[in-house]
Amino acid sequence: MSNEKKNGNAFTNNPIVRAVGAQRIVVLIALIVLFAFFCIKSPAFRSYPTLLSILGYSYYITLMAIGVTFCLITAGVDLSIGTGTVAYSLIGGYCVVTLGMPIGVGMLVTILLGLIFGTLNGTMVAVFDLPPFIATLCTMMIVRGVGSIVSGGMSVTWPSVGTPQGWFRSIFRIQIGETMYPIGFLWIILLIVIMTIVLNKTKLGRYIIAIGSNKEATRLSGVKVVKYHMAAYIISGFFTGLAGIAYAATFQAIAAAGGAGLELDAIAGAIIGGTSMTGGSGSIVGTLIGVFIMSMLKTGLPYIGLQANWQQIITGVILIIAVGVDVIKNKKLA
Amino acid sequence: MGEVILTMKGIDKSFPGVHALDHVDLEVRKGEVMALMGENGAGKSTLMKVLTGIYTKDSGTITYEGREVTFTSPREAQDAGIVIVHQELNMVNHLTVAQNIFIGREPMAGGLIDDGKMISESKKLFDLLGISIDPKENMGRLTVGMQQMCEIAKAISHDAKVIIFDEPSAALTEAEIEQLFKIIRDLRSKGLGIVYISHRMDEIKQITDRVTVMRDGGYVGTLITKDSTKEDIIKMMVGRTIYEDPKTASAVPKGAPVVLKVENLNAGRMVQNVSFELHKGEILGFSGLMGAGRTETARAIFGADPKQSGDIYINGQKVEIKNPQDAVRCGIGYLSEDRKRYGLVVQKTVAENSTMACLEEYMSGPFINKKKEQEISQKYVEELKTKTPGVDQFVVNLSGGNQQKVVIAKWLIKNCDILIFDEPTRGIDVGAKSEIYHLMSELAKEGKSIIMISSEMTEILRMSDRILVMCEGKKTGEINIEEATQENIMHAATLRK
Repeated sequence: MSNEKKNGNAFTNNPIVRAVGAQRIVVLIALIVLFAFFCIKSPAFRSYPTLLSILGYSYYITLMAIGVTFCLITAGVDLSIGTGTVAYSLIGGYCVVTLGMPIGVGMLVTILLGLIFGTLNGTMVAVFDLPPFIATLCTMMIVRGVGSIVSGGMSVTWPSVGTPQGWFRSIFRIQIGETMYPIGFLWIILLIVIMTIVLNKTKLGRYIIAIGSNKEATRLSGVKVVKYHMAAYIISGFFTGLAGIAYAATFQAIAAAGGAGLELDAIAGAIIGGTSMTGGSGSIVGTLIGVFIMSMLKTGLPYIGLQANWQQIITGVILIIAVGVDVIKNKKLA
Repeated sequence: MGEVILTMKGIDKSFPGVHALDHVDLEVRKGEVMALMGENGAGKSTLMKVLTGIYTKDSGTITYEGREVTFTSPREAQDAGIVIVHQELNMVNHLTVAQNIFIGREPMAGGLIDDGKMISESKKLFDLLGISIDPKENMGRLTVGMQQMCEIAKAISHDAKVIIFDEPSAALTEAEIEQLFKIIRDLRSKGLGIVYISHRMDEIKQITDRVTVMRDGGYVGTLITKDSTKEDIIKMMVGRTIYEDPKTASAVPKGAPVVLKVENLNAGRMVQNVSFELHKGEILGFSGLMGAGRTETARAIFGADPKQSGDIYINGQKVEIKNPQDAVRCGIGYLSEDRKRYGLVVQKTVAENSTMACLEEYMSGPFINKKKEQEISQKYVEELKTKTPGVDQFVVNLSGGNQQKVVIAKWLIKNCDILIFDEPTRGIDVGAKSEIYHLMSELAKEGKSIIMISSEMTEILRMSDRILVMCEGKKTGEINIEEATQENIMHAATLRK
């Protein structure tokens, strides 16, 4: 094998490391170290309610992050997921609360809105070649406006626990006896498994990765790139709809015109988890770990006497390191 | 004939693995237009880059206005009065004409840019050239021809004594060329030394006084233009000994059916009314100089670029090819000259790349059958003797020749019968080259039909059963291998129709 270039070291050549990805292992270790650190430093942190709150606040971000991972893998981005999550759940809730529709219809509306605006993003990016940043920035503003107009600028409160329609909140947490069970996490795991299979085992996933890696070579192989490129944005829209439901279940009231900035948390989670900003590679499991790191920081820091605002700084630093690893890795490949 | 202003003597330059210039001589005189000619890769551009300080020479001397000089940057050469008018225009489209001409040396007044002076100076330059361009116009709004005039204005604003034109006419219309020649004659009569690089034989006869010919990085000789014929010049350009055995007779059996027929294909300026036939088991060489439109023709056939008109027949059936998917469905595979950009997803594995064109055949239900994918990839790795530690290896880690084999495997797995090889051995070392040649001959023998675009004369003569020659978007010759010579190919490649 004289033509084979030798690169990497003992760590990156280890078969397990190669299979999971060096960056993901580093991030997973970081997550465990972080968890251990908080547990040792603060007895109050090692409690069940804390764990519940870490999970509770991570659901909607995780869902957004899973979707946007697909856009990032195509070397694009979806900025409309933050205001989308809030706007879709606002409109869905409006249908239930003000228009008196059944809760199931409200949830369906929320998801449908995600699919519609996802398709709009996909059309702009894949068919009309608009830069993803611009296209989804516009959608981000449009959906925020649409949400506020529909709700008349008022906040919306989805039915709460105990009311007849409040059953939907138990999709994410269920109380049996005195104990609260975070079954939302099971759904997240299920979705992670499904989307990991979609990304790695299906034509759809294979072509989405190929488009992000080299769109022109993929097109010249006779692949319908427009279709698959568009699909990434529809997936992102769909998961934004799901995030909208999770958001409604997590919070009591949904304020109109909110959600700006959430997309950056989701994107940061995906990037920390090893998805490349330049496209062509990414992992759904990594995204989950990335979101958890941020969620853990947000919840954990107050327990060791640091303001939650430190989370912003630490997340920023972690992000620089994560992207730095990606950049250095790509330089080595080139 | 004026006095000598610039002499380059024994210029030598090597890059890793390439001896780009081998003791080249060049002499430019005042009030004279000197043509610099040679095939693609003969070393013309490299020589000019050495002259203007973009590259440093390994040895040799440059004497300019009686002094030995070495320029270490284009800026130094400019300041001394040697400027290039590039083939690709180096203009900033969002700035005005005047801003472009004075970019990097803006006249200042009190710490601010003196726009008024810039505009009036530009006007003066245009008056001198006898052209009317508004210096306040945005560069991007001018035609390519006018932009070229601005480049020339910029050049003479440097107080140039030697101007090098690098294929200036390639993008110009007839009328614009006339105007360009008027300006060049004018500059000549003012005593400037001019180097004119072009492939167009008729222009050489029209505008130049002497011709210096280069071949394979070496100096061949200098002729007086008016005393020599086109044939003399061509002979000097191609007169190399062919070491590799050229093919002497077509390997295609008589009466082999036509698998691909292209009629009056038009796609932009680079593909005009191209018609040809490709037979089963044939290797059809596409020869021509840089910018002849060969790649553009291939891309139009493959549906990678839109075409304006023209009919394509596969096995006698008329087909509509609007995009690469249609072409692939018709059994056409395209192997780009730029594998890394257009042929491969280099950060993915050999297996993933191999099944890229027909993944649907390697599925079990909705899932990719990785085992089947690996098996077929492995089969072709063995068949094509691709050197890779395994089908899970990332393509980026393979050598050029082996990457090319992965692209070939992709199209063979798709079962393509027509393969378009665009510069199949570019960037591939000598050993792997003959392996690719062998592979192509084998494929043709098995009944695959091949179009081979190549800028290497040796490659064309060694591989082709028939040769189609293009020049500036038009087919200018079709030569059977039995009659093909370097001279008649080059003759057709420089024929403007």
